[in-house]
Amino acid sequence: MGGEATKAISKEILWGGGRSPFSVSYGKMMMWYFLVSDALTFGGLLTAYGFARAGSEAAWPIGEQVFRALPGLEGEYPLMYVALMTFILIVSSVTMVLAVESGHRNNKAGVLKWMALTIVGGFIFLGSQAWEWSHFIHGSGGMFQLGKDVTVTADSGEVFEMKAGEAVFMDHHFGHLAEPWVEGDPNVSLVNSDHGVKLVQVGEHSHEAELHSLTINKYIENESHVSDAEAMKLWNARGANFSFGANMHDSEYALQQQYANFFFFITGFHGFHVFSGVVINIIIFIMAYKGVFERRKHYEMVEKVGLYWHFVDLVWVFVFTFFYLI
Amino acid sequence: MERDDLIVNDSYALNAHHSEEEGRKIRSKIWKVTGILTLLTTVEVAMGIFFKRSEAFSWTMIKWTFIVMTLVKAAYIVLVFMHLGDERKNLKRVVIVPYFIFICYLIFIAITEGFGHLWNFQNLH
Repeated sequence: MGGEATKAISKEILWGGGRSPFSVSYGKMMMWYFLVSDALTFGGLLTAYGFARAGSEAAWPIGEQVFRALPGLEGEYPLMYVALMTFILIVSSVTMVLAVESGHRNNKAGVLKWMALTIVGGFIFLGSQAWEWSHFIHGSGGMFQLGKDVTVTADSGEVFEMKAGEAVFMDHHFGHLAEPWVEGDPNVSLVNSDHGVKLVQVGEHSHEAELHSLTINKYIENESHVSDAEAMKLWNARGANFSFGANMHDSEYALQQQYANFFFFITGFHGFHVFSGVVINIIIFIMAYKGVFERRKHYEMVEKVGLYWHFVDLVWVFVFTFFYLI
Repeated sequence: MERDDLIVNDSYALNAHHSEEEGRKIRSKIWKVTGILTLLTTVEVAMGIFFKRSEAFSWTMIKWTFIVMTLVKAAYIVLVFMHLGDERKNLKRVVIVPYFIFICYLIFIAITEGFGHLWNFQNLH
């Protein structure tokens, strides 16, 4: 890029007014200033997350155990969905930088093509985030707190002494029927079965689920599964406190509420940035389509919104590491 | 109306154009960086799956690896995708110095305060 950025400029001209000392236009410089301040906001949120985690009295959940579902699939895929979202955002960043590159060659068709793909990538990311929120809010089975101390042998053979107040996690099928049962829904009842207990839902949607296994130490360290008679011991020692999914007051992921709140706030704030980025990209796409930049003879507006879009990607890279990974 | 964002001789944006040949070079660089970013993300996820947190010593090392990989990714995004590498030195400093100071703080919090030890469920009550 053989512009003036590489040429020496005498000091009087540089600071004497009438031109930018940074050799960038006013708009681009202000976009950079905005991004620096916005980065401090996100940095503040992630730092607050770190302090909350340090100060937390109760256990703090682990990303690989919370986020391990994929839409439409059974089984566990730790962080695969988040990695997919990261990849989508990186790809849309690439299409954005290709749009900027096309703009530098005054190639209107190229700008339109790559901006359109960037907008599509943005929508895919927003949709992915909507699914992740939905999954987080609905939870993956729920948990109950123990009402008294109980000693159980896990499937691994290890013996755990569980204390009153500790959390025990239900599986997907059993937990989702336990929720209406706890709420007192007359269509769901608890009956005895050969293996222990069974939840039966009657009426329009009839379902039933048996208690096969329960999970202890989930979201803390290495989770352990407890089955059959040992699982029944935990079930019989249950207290009155059940949590299903997450909202602003309650969460099945931990005995404290901060983890869920930070999830909502950090990913929500980032998602709002993505949303506004998509809206701005659409506006610039329409302007490019109408030939506004053709008449200006340069596509710098594409570069400016590109900066914002890359910043959104940049923030996600940090959120991915500091919220999900470590 | 007079515009305050024009530089000399009405050349609004410096570095706003390049030739076909330069474009080819820039595009090949973009694809190379795409490959690097994808590879790093894949490695991060693989490490997240295969290493367990209960192994305290290796977990510290893994955390540092995550952070270093994140910084490499961030550097590629800022310097190549956002073209900061091509801007004047003073603009580079205006942007990078505050980022750098804050990122150091964030890493300090992440390593020494927030994630310094593992919580054990048993001794919390």
